[in-house]
Amino acid sequence: MQTMIEVQGLTKVFTLHNQGGIKLPVFDGIDFIAKQGECTVLFGESGSGKSTLLRSLYANYLPTSGSIAVRHRGEMTAITGAASQTLLEIRRETIGYVSQFLRVIPRVATLDVVAQPLRERGVNVATAHAKAAELLEQLHIPERLWSLPPGTFSGGEQQRVNIARGFIVDYPILLLDEPTASLDQRNAAVVVDLIRQARNRGTAVVGIFHDAEVRDAVADQIFHVNPARKADGLHTNEGVSA
Amino acid sequence: MNREPILQVDNLTKLYAAGKGCEEVSFDLYPGEVLGIVGESGSGKSTLLSCLSARLAPDQGDIHYLTRAAEWVNLYGLSESRQRQLQRTEWGIVHQHPRDGLRMGVSAGANIGERLMATGQRHYGNLRDTAQSWMSDVELDIARIDDKPTTYSGGMQQRLQIARNLVTHPRLVFMDEPTGGLDVSVQARLLDLLRQLVTEMNLAVVIVTHDLAVARLLAQRLIVMRHGRVVETGLTDQVLDDPQHAYTQLLVSSVLTS
Amino acid sequence: MNPQTIREGYNFAYLDEQTKRMIRRALLKAVAIPGYQVPFGGREMPMPYGWGTGGMQVTAAVIGQTDCLKVIDQGADDTTNAVSIRAFFRDLTGVKTTERTEEATLIQTRHRIPEKPLQAGQVLVYQVPIPEPLRFIEPSEVETRKMHALEDYGVMHIKLYEDIAQFGHIATAYAYPVLVNGRYVMDPSPIPKFDNPKMDNSPALQLFGAGREKRIYAIPPYTDVKSLDFEDHPFEVQKWEQCCAICGSAESFLDEVIMDDQGTHEFICSDTDYCRERMENLEVTV
Repeated sequence: MQTMIEVQGLTKVFTLHNQGGIKLPVFDGIDFIAKQGECTVLFGESGSGKSTLLRSLYANYLPTSGSIAVRHRGEMTAITGAASQTLLEIRRETIGYVSQFLRVIPRVATLDVVAQPLRERGVNVATAHAKAAELLEQLHIPERLWSLPPGTFSGGEQQRVNIARGFIVDYPILLLDEPTASLDQRNAAVVVDLIRQARNRGTAVVGIFHDAEVRDAVADQIFHVNPARKADGLHTNEGVSA
Repeated sequence: MNREPILQVDNLTKLYAAGKGCEEVSFDLYPGEVLGIVGESGSGKSTLLSCLSARLAPDQGDIHYLTRAAEWVNLYGLSESRQRQLQRTEWGIVHQHPRDGLRMGVSAGANIGERLMATGQRHYGNLRDTAQSWMSDVELDIARIDDKPTTYSGGMQQRLQIARNLVTHPRLVFMDEPTGGLDVSVQARLLDLLRQLVTEMNLAVVIVTHDLAVARLLAQRLIVMRHGRVVETGLTDQVLDDPQHAYTQLLVSSVLTS
Repeated sequence: MNPQTIREGYNFAYLDEQTKRMIRRALLKAVAIPGYQVPFGGREMPMPYGWGTGGMQVTAAVIGQTDCLKVIDQGADDTTNAVSIRAFFRDLTGVKTTERTEEATLIQTRHRIPEKPLQAGQVLVYQVPIPEPLRFIEPSEVETRKMHALEDYGVMHIKLYEDIAQFGHIATAYAYPVLVNGRYVMDPSPIPKFDNPKMDNSPALQLFGAGREKRIYAIPPYTDVKSLDFEDHPFEVQKWEQCCAICGSAESFLDEVIMDDQGTHEFICSDTDYCRERMENLEVTV
């Protein structure tokens, strides 16, 4: 299987300039590979830097050192140090990311929120809406809610909207940050299904799953994220990488 | 994405005094891209915007623009008439205060039609149809086409200003705090409208704002300015979620969350 | 002409020779750039602004001893303004004056162009209150000059657009803006738009003087003068259902005149010379 993500010597230290320049090390020298058609689960205790690593893969966090490369348009392409244009292109075409929380865009209907990634890739409204409707239905979002903005939905509903939005495009790489955290069993099972389908299509899935059941159901490999040794013994990185 | 930029800014400097204005700013802007410029008042954001939109000649540096005819031009090497022509055909400029961008003394329809008339459209019926269609696009009541902007609310004026700018289908739009001074609910509606229009028309946008929420919603990329200089650039979510520079960290941590 | 007929103590045509030279230079420039407003060092005239001081300075600068002067105000030779200006130049130049359009070599006018077509060699001098056609929308002189320089004329159609939006047709009836020689937008002074077509390709030289604003502009003979309009609302001149109550003309520009306290009104030619000549011809044929 082709390598889709290659991480080498990845180190992340947060520097808080406005608090006396405190340095908060998160992880140090991570090497890790994710392959096509495999689901890699990031594992580690709370505060070990799983989310930080996942966000770094999406170029949402800037690594302090080390490198990340992803297969984009068939070529291994560096994310670290890449131009914004390249990153945007990679996000549009190659990497999907489902965060824990939906960033609500005021006034936009749920159906449009979900369809947006397809629309950005130039898919016409009808096709995008049809695909969005299919996913929302699968995730048990009642049709009467589709035309409403998700801002007022419950946490679980918002999370499912977020998942639908993440899965609407067949990204070659999919990053999932606790997608099932606030879901009931029935919906968690749907997500597990979606992940398996994606994996079977050849998607490289990298995710964080707290729920052991879900984790066991999807994981092909488990990567242990070890927290960096504390730089000066004074600080923990708790609350920073959460 | 288009690999060729639409705007290239190289080492741009315009100083009124030391630290007042903008200094050594460089960036590229690509078609369809929304670039946010954030920073506190007096950080040089608006000066930069004026320079970019050919309204204020810089002391140093170059701005190159790729015209619709696929020709690179040096902005301040152009004649003033050519600059104006770009401003009213290929560009839009949305001001913070609608009265800076609208003709308050003439009707909404005439405000929308002006650019078209300036570019030679001489058919009243067509002008009228276009104005009406734009009014409904920006969610204004077409029955009010003959009312003057003075009778419009702040949010309506701002939407009228946007329609007036977009009527010539510009490729590049400059916005200076477009949602400043509006009620939160009106702001949200306007932001949503802008977001839609930007996507539909594949606009390249440079938007100046001090509101990080606005920047997050509209911009793919951010430039953070302080004392006239760029202190940080990057993808919007990266800059806001993992700010590197002390000033950006301060800016991000100063936002009130509700 | 006998110089002794000039009132003692005054130079020919009131202005000193240096001033006339300065105005002539401005006029030459104006003729060279049709429709362009040339600033000039306007002088005080022995009457207030608004009474035609701009037109009078232009007339004073171009009038010669062999000229024959006609002065009209709203088309009439016999109104106070016309009579006084005519008397002024008769006193201070001794030139011949006339009321007959075809006899005049120089015609100073306020608010009208004579009905009888002008001839090559004739000069028409307009009195202008506000020379800047863009002023209604742009108060800054710096900006309007720039707009002229850059042919940034989009705003001109705004006025016409607003007319149609408000009244269903272009309601601007006088001072109707024109494009001169395909380049400069010009205010033709407050003549009725009825007269606009007469400016186009006229064999006469047309000079415009604005006293208060100290601007001179010109339309040389045989110059294109196009009234601004919309494709679907083309330029049109006024029409009357009535004919002139005196001469019966159906072609001339008519003034409405109130006849008595009961509000009886009639329409008569605004061009008194035209009306009188028609009457004379009618009497002859009868």
